[in-house]
Amino acid sequence: MNPGILTVYRWELHKLRFQKRTYLGLGAAAIVPILFAIAVSVRNGHPNEVAFGRYIHQTGLAIPLVILLFGAVWMFPLITALVAGDIVASEDHNGTLKTILTRSLERGQIFGGKVLAAVTYAVVAILLNGAVAVAAGSLVSGFKPLTTLSGTKVSAPSALGLIGASLLVYLLPILALACIGLLLSTITRNSAAAVVGTLMFSLMMQLIGVLPGLGGTRPYLLSSQFDAWEGLLRQPVDWAPIGHAAWVCPLYALPALAAGYLVFLRRDVAGG
Amino acid sequence: MTAAAPLEIRGLTKVYGDIVAVDDVDLTVAEGNVYGYLGPNGAGKTTSLRMMLGLIRPTAGSVQLFGRDPQLGVRALEGVAGFVEEPRFYPYLSGRRNLELLAAFDGGGAAARIDEVLSVVELSDRAADKVRGYSHGMRQRLGIAAALVRGPRLLLLDEPTTGLDPAGMRDMRALIRRLAGGGMTVVLSSHLLGEVEELCDRVAIIRTGSVVYEGTIAELKRTATGAYRLRTTDDDRALEVCRAQPGIVDPRRSAGAIHFNADEAAVAALSAALVEAAAAPVELTPQAASLETLFFRLTEGQDGAAAPEPVEVA
Repeated sequence: MNPGILTVYRWELHKLRFQKRTYLGLGAAAIVPILFAIAVSVRNGHPNEVAFGRYIHQTGLAIPLVILLFGAVWMFPLITALVAGDIVASEDHNGTLKTILTRSLERGQIFGGKVLAAVTYAVVAILLNGAVAVAAGSLVSGFKPLTTLSGTKVSAPSALGLIGASLLVYLLPILALACIGLLLSTITRNSAAAVVGTLMFSLMMQLIGVLPGLGGTRPYLLSSQFDAWEGLLRQPVDWAPIGHAAWVCPLYALPALAAGYLVFLRRDVAGG
Repeated sequence: MTAAAPLEIRGLTKVYGDIVAVDDVDLTVAEGNVYGYLGPNGAGKTTSLRMMLGLIRPTAGSVQLFGRDPQLGVRALEGVAGFVEEPRFYPYLSGRRNLELLAAFDGGGAAARIDEVLSVVELSDRAADKVRGYSHGMRQRLGIAAALVRGPRLLLLDEPTTGLDPAGMRDMRALIRRLAGGGMTVVLSSHLLGEVEELCDRVAIIRTGSVVYEGTIAELKRTATGAYRLRTTDDDRALEVCRAQPGIVDPRRSAGAIHFNADEAAVAALSAALVEAAAAPVELTPQAASLETLFFRLTEGQDGAAAPEPVEVA
């Protein structure tokens, strides 16, 4: 078999299985909903100020949605950046770029495999988080009908479907952040700088959104796209924010990816 | 049509800001050569090798590997393998896993060679250990294994014995000799003259980025003038003979002997002349390995005007 992007992808996944940060990220994605569910079960209060916050004692299905809202601030960006920001820079750190770039794969194929692996990790982290949140939430508050943002009730199985769809919509800005992490990983050649840089980028977006006079930029900020899934929890479904996120997120992702690709293709591998 | 040479370099130059790391290097390595790329540390050997492997872009000039330019894609590396500086691997994977990854990146029959190359470099019994725990020498050997997995016809090695203990150096050299004996073309950079003299049949000597000598070791030796010490049965007469003898440079008496500089051919002619003049040599010893003297002269000359003249060898 001739080696190609999928060869790189397979081995990148294999390498992720041997790295601590993978388990740090996935562990956080799984533990946070469990801790949240435990807190819900021992305390009577609820976060009133966020959507679905007041339903967390009525149905466990509100819990994954509350976590999506809280997680958008820095938890999911950090989990995403942990791998995306490291996946190119770690080759610089280990001095292994020269090792893999003198085989039979073009640089573009290596980069492509890394993009796929970083994306796969982010998808797994978000879906794992959702699955654990649904399970833990249902254990403490039951698998019961959910009140939507329009005030109507949907059955538990329908709510589960909506949560699944919400996670997928949530992946739009997450994957855009992954692409920015990949770009920073390629440019900085330093894992810590790229991880922190990606997180800073995410926080900057949120800051711009709340600055006075810059409210007009809000719909185009990557941070705002983390709310797009809420459209699914209205009746009838509001597709507008989702359609909006579907073109705004690629505006961040594709240039970042293209820039990272070009830098990776052209750079001198002089270290290591 | 004749097959393209394993390695052909023309006008290769790499400039970093104000620093010319590699300056207009030309060389051709023929099939089956064991070619030494010799120079002191910092002379530009590694930068040259990185360009040969397509890891960095030349500022000017070209590299052809079997007639293909590594700048245009990894297809040029078909049949070519090697490493620059110390070989590096994923520390959290075992030696074997690292080779499996690289073999997968090579495609073809590379994966089937893993067991064989592990035994060639004598790492079979440590292959399951994580590379993190490998000694420098083991990593060097794994580097050779990683290169051999590609089944190369041209092997590019950057100072393969650096940092090894004497036994490790001996084993590494024996391994390179074995590979070369099997018909592989080897380009070997080194700052050790003895190593290149022992292993290589051709050499390029590089100094501050430029080639100052290119040719066979044998011819280099013939042109090398070294310092000699001479005692004879009649030193007065011998000194006269030395002064009259072509090729004997700066003969002088000191410390109870005659000292002079000459190349090997002139020394041979001198000893015949001494015998004829009834001043038979009782001692005629090179004071420094003549090749070493030449090497230092070539690579340690002063900057600018005092730079050594390139030695032309047909």
